[in-house]
Amino acid sequence: MKLFKTLAVSAAVALASTSGAATAGTLQDVQARGELNCVVTTGVAGFGAPDDSGRWAGFDVDFCRATAAAVLGDGNKVKFVPTTGKTRFTVLNSGEGDLLYRNTTITMSRDADLKLSFLGVNYYDGQGFMVPKALGVTSAKELDGASVCIQTGTTTELNLADYFRANKMSYEPVTIETNEEGQTNYLAGRCDVYTTDASGLAATRSTFDQPNAHIILPEIISKEPLGPAVRQGDDEWADVTRWVLNVLIAAEEAGITQANIKGHAAKAGDNPDINRIAGTEGDFGSMIGLDKQWAVRAISAVGNYGEIFERNIGVNTSLGLARGLNAQWTNGGILYSPPVR
Amino acid sequence: MAATETSSSNPSLFYRLFFDKELRSVTIQVITMALIFAFFFFIVNNAITNLETIGKGYSFDFLWDASNYDINQTLIEYDSRSPHWRAAIVGIINTLLVAVSGIILATIVGFMLGVLRLSSNWLINRVVYVYIEYVRNVPVLLHILLVHGIVVNTLPIPKNALMAFDGTLFLTNRGFYTPKPLFEPAMWAVLIAFVIGIAFTIWFKGYARKVQDATGKIYPVLLISLGAILLFPIIVFFLAGVPVNLEYPELKGFNFKGGLVLRPEFVALWLALSLYTAAFIAEIVRAGIQAISHGQTEAAFALGIKPSRTMQLVIIPQALRVIIPPLSSQYLNITKNSSLAIAIGYMDIVATIGGISLNQTGREMECMTIVLAIYLFFSLMISAFMNWYNKRMKLVER
Repeated sequence: MKLFKTLAVSAAVALASTSGAATAGTLQDVQARGELNCVVTTGVAGFGAPDDSGRWAGFDVDFCRATAAAVLGDGNKVKFVPTTGKTRFTVLNSGEGDLLYRNTTITMSRDADLKLSFLGVNYYDGQGFMVPKALGVTSAKELDGASVCIQTGTTTELNLADYFRANKMSYEPVTIETNEEGQTNYLAGRCDVYTTDASGLAATRSTFDQPNAHIILPEIISKEPLGPAVRQGDDEWADVTRWVLNVLIAAEEAGITQANIKGHAAKAGDNPDINRIAGTEGDFGSMIGLDKQWAVRAISAVGNYGEIFERNIGVNTSLGLARGLNAQWTNGGILYSPPVR
Repeated sequence: MAATETSSSNPSLFYRLFFDKELRSVTIQVITMALIFAFFFFIVNNAITNLETIGKGYSFDFLWDASNYDINQTLIEYDSRSPHWRAAIVGIINTLLVAVSGIILATIVGFMLGVLRLSSNWLINRVVYVYIEYVRNVPVLLHILLVHGIVVNTLPIPKNALMAFDGTLFLTNRGFYTPKPLFEPAMWAVLIAFVIGIAFTIWFKGYARKVQDATGKIYPVLLISLGAILLFPIIVFFLAGVPVNLEYPELKGFNFKGGLVLRPEFVALWLALSLYTAAFIAEIVRAGIQAISHGQTEAAFALGIKPSRTMQLVIIPQALRVIIPPLSSQYLNITKNSSLAIAIGYMDIVATIGGISLNQTGREMECMTIVLAIYLFFSLMISAFMNWYNKRMKLVER
């Protein structure tokens, strides 16, 4: 009789899990779980990697934390799901992750065919080439016949094929699964060239023993707008995550920083832009299913866009990336958040 | 009356289904099967529903779109304009190449190690023993990474290539380069000579057996066969005026151009898989030989059969019967383990259609179905062949 009981129980469990599959929105799921599952890279210095103490840190990681702070009130309530270039979309689409922040290039087919919703751009990038200085190459046009290390599952292998084809050059692709393997092969001389997004090259180079022995060639062969994504079909969740990204950019433009946000939130000032973000004017939080303090929590957790940039990948870090295209539109860049109003 | 009869001899069918000893076992089996089917139905249904929910269909149309990516090792014509199905074929061929060459090398090395392991020379059998135990007890992925690391890190870059045999072999960490033979039309004569040699050998084997059955005279079949299959075509080759040109590899720019190349990814995967599996095969061979009782050898000697013939006609045929079934599973293992290629960037089926194509098109289910079907097909083919061979080698009973 015991056997039958066990069988009956397992059948009931199976049925229950079927019905459990039909769920509420992602926002409610995350709030009920009390933890945000953020899909990140397996490790790109500056963008997302565990630090010496095992705590995840980096540019993309901070956006995850900001989202968690806005939604759950605590920037540490994030479970990071490390993925390779190959597994990231499957992990997001299968529901294992709620939000994707993984140096992901926005393309039409990914947006439409892979059933993702991109939320905006958090880093304007382009594909570049890195070579050892000793090779004496100064332009990508001189790379005919070279062996090129690429990471599989990225837009880079498509750009690479197109670029060499368009310039009537031949090359040997050495396709590697992860950034670390690619790095190992490049340093061992298996390839002459390492190619990925220029920001990724800077990140990779910063981890070398002798970063100065390698140069990044001037050619940028593609547009790589990197941005976060969520599953298609949950507009409410897409709104929440999109506006967390936007408000961090808008905060920099309005001059709100991690240091002064508490002051702005305590008392309404004269600047309505700041008041709206600080929650002292209007009720923008409730429009996206959160409270008035959502943006305050996000900004006090990680700072505004500029602070996130400078802390993780800016000129004073080992990556040493200049703002370039990623400067505010008021400062000669193309970073431009829709207004919070 | 009828009612009482049923209740006494047949106390309710439902009750009997669970408490009658014989019926109960049937009931349990039926329920188990039903649950298994329900489980698989749930899984498949779940996948279909989830795909529908996010609006993705299940279609193989993408196979005819341009792949847009390049592959370094292609044994058939392929470039970034070729369709995805062609990329899949390239991957299949690469998988087959490493699986077949792996099986051949593993078998040769495995048999040698297996025999050496039984050597009466203490040093030899201890060395082989240590080797086998080391290799068998380290995961194959580590072997692959180790060999790849050694090849890539210890060999020089093309500019400082190690040259051997007067410029005919270059060793670099981008691959091993050798001259590529380019055949002239007269090469056909050599090929024909080779076919004739094989045909002659088959005929001669039958003839020699007939003569032996009739008169007891034994021809040196092996020697004559070798002569027919190897020596004869070689003679024709020289008579036809060496109808082959060699294309030598040359260092041009970043890499060697021309010639044949064995890439480090292939070499690493091939060697690691072969040496790993060879250790298992060695143990299988040892078990097979030791399974034949020593009495067999003594009996053969007592009949005056030469030691070499004893091995060939008495021991090996019996040992093979023990060896073949586990050997088949080692061949299957090599084929399946070749999917670890992705770790070092060898472009096999998992890396092409199951990797880049999957990622660029977002067709996970379709690509994985293809990869699964292909591995299943290869494995079943190998099984079928080994079963056939096993049947042939089986003890013929009367």
